[in-house]
Amino acid sequence: MEMLQKTFKNAVGWIDDRLGLSATLGPMLRHLVPHDARWWYVFGSATLCAFMIQVVSGVALAFAYSPSATDAYPTLQFITHDAPFGNFMRGLHYFGASAMVLMVGLHMAQVFLFGSYKFPREMNWMTGVLLLGFILLMGFTGQLLRWDQNAVWSVVVAAEQAGRIPLIGEWVARFTLGGETVGGATLNRFFAIHVFIVPALTFAFIGLHLLLVLRHGVAEPPKAGEPVDPKTYRANYQALLKKSGRPFWPDAAWRDVVFCVGMIGAIALLAVVFGPPELGKPPDPSIIAADPRPDWYLLWYFAVLALLPHGTERIFMVFGPLTAGLLLIVLPFLAPSGERSPLRRPWAVVGVLLTVTVIGALWVVGRKSPWSPNFSPEPLTAQIVGATSGPIFAGAQLFQEKSCIDCHLIQGRGGLRGPDLTFIADKLRTSDMIIRIVNGGVNMPAYGAKLKPAEIEYLVAFLESRTKPLR
Amino acid sequence: MTLPLIGFIFAPLFRRDPAVWRTVGKVGDFKVGETSAVDFLDASPLPWAGMTAKTAAWLRRTSEQDFIAFAINCSHLGCPVRWQPSAGLFMCPCHGGVYYEDGSVAAGPPPAPLARYPVRVWGGEVQIQTRPIEIQRG
Repeated sequence: MEMLQKTFKNAVGWIDDRLGLSATLGPMLRHLVPHDARWWYVFGSATLCAFMIQVVSGVALAFAYSPSATDAYPTLQFITHDAPFGNFMRGLHYFGASAMVLMVGLHMAQVFLFGSYKFPREMNWMTGVLLLGFILLMGFTGQLLRWDQNAVWSVVVAAEQAGRIPLIGEWVARFTLGGETVGGATLNRFFAIHVFIVPALTFAFIGLHLLLVLRHGVAEPPKAGEPVDPKTYRANYQALLKKSGRPFWPDAAWRDVVFCVGMIGAIALLAVVFGPPELGKPPDPSIIAADPRPDWYLLWYFAVLALLPHGTERIFMVFGPLTAGLLLIVLPFLAPSGERSPLRRPWAVVGVLLTVTVIGALWVVGRKSPWSPNFSPEPLTAQIVGATSGPIFAGAQLFQEKSCIDCHLIQGRGGLRGPDLTFIADKLRTSDMIIRIVNGGVNMPAYGAKLKPAEIEYLVAFLESRTKPLR
Repeated sequence: MTLPLIGFIFAPLFRRDPAVWRTVGKVGDFKVGETSAVDFLDASPLPWAGMTAKTAAWLRRTSEQDFIAFAINCSHLGCPVRWQPSAGLFMCPCHGGVYYEDGSVAAGPPPAPLARYPVRVWGGEVQIQTRPIEIQRG
């Protein structure tokens, strides 16, 4: 028994020695980190952890997924409804992606608030920004691999946005579509990008990102009144590690492990309870009744594109994301030294709060998308109309026939695009109503040529009857 | 090595599909003054394209011999616009673009009218000429 143990130990020792595992990885794992780098520091490793889930679940899905324009949809149906654990595997991949986006956001916010992007960690930040870009690209291309109706229209929307790039826009759009229209070549391009190109880039940049963490060390939690001075920072940091540093493994790493395990548990639970997003209609571009929406992490941007002042989107679609990306990349050069503590950088705190609030608000409004017409509004009842014949009744019929109701509410029924007209007679005079109906507005068609004078009269009679009941 | 690699990946940029006339129905199938959805195959579909090679259009018969074929793609971001017959409007489900029956912009963010396909009557059949998806330039 003892001999067996000895042989085993020798074998392990031989492998370790010849591969140089302990010699290479040991110092990396035991590198000193500030003693007070605690729970705020888990989000980076959590992003990596979510990425590993994506790699594992993604490879598993690739065992059944067929990246072909014709077969992708049926294979996804098979994975979702027939394959053992297929539904769970898709759920894992979906919630893993969600976790990755969430964790990279938290990691970025923490690094920004702690001023950790400053000297000497500028490149840590910049590689991180690129990784954020890769993650979002992975999310978007992943949604397309679902290859249902929503995916097909998302490709078209992506191509149209790419088309706005000056000079080369049309080429980029054609490259996105894989030709002149959506077709047999489209899906395979996104498959190659999602499964090979972006993951390879992500692996490479994660490697570089981690090497830079080792090179420059984990930034100590900032203290107000201790600004970064490039002349003295490195010496001070080394002195700090010497005085009170702790080895990363196991003193700090256990928190990463605990958080990662907890996150995997949460992702698995969500995958079991909620499952993956249901597949939409088949990827047939000739089915016109479609309602394309991006997944939640890009829903806020979908809202941006609806809410921009008309005419500005041409410029914004290209320069908006470009400016945001560039601003993030060059951030370390805008504030390379000085105070790191958020207590001394109120604008940094305001910036993060503002970003979160704006994205949150856009997300909420994107879910509701009040700018989209309601194509199947509930009909107005006789009780709501308040008449079963005569001009008011005829006006109510026209209000529904002419799609006014698709964009306007009457007692909670209809669309949200235009103003709620439940009590419009209390706000608008008859002449104003006629002007608006006839001439339309920025977001309303002009009905002047569409309605006969009598029809306008009926419509107005109906609208004039929309008053608050007298108490 | 590099040249063939780039050539292979970027081939779709340089491949120009021929414009092909596709029959979408008989003249009698469409009533004057009405707009209906039609679909047809792309110009040169890849053998494995399946249903993705289909394209839809809105076909409006304006007189005995005249038709207009509108692309279903909203000029804002390409989403498929729906025809609301009783209102006589095309409406976009994505960001609320609206077009009149002649394809001109009625409301919302679209920067241009609906694109049109060439259309002809040939031997009693209505034919639409295939063309690339209209990409709005910056």
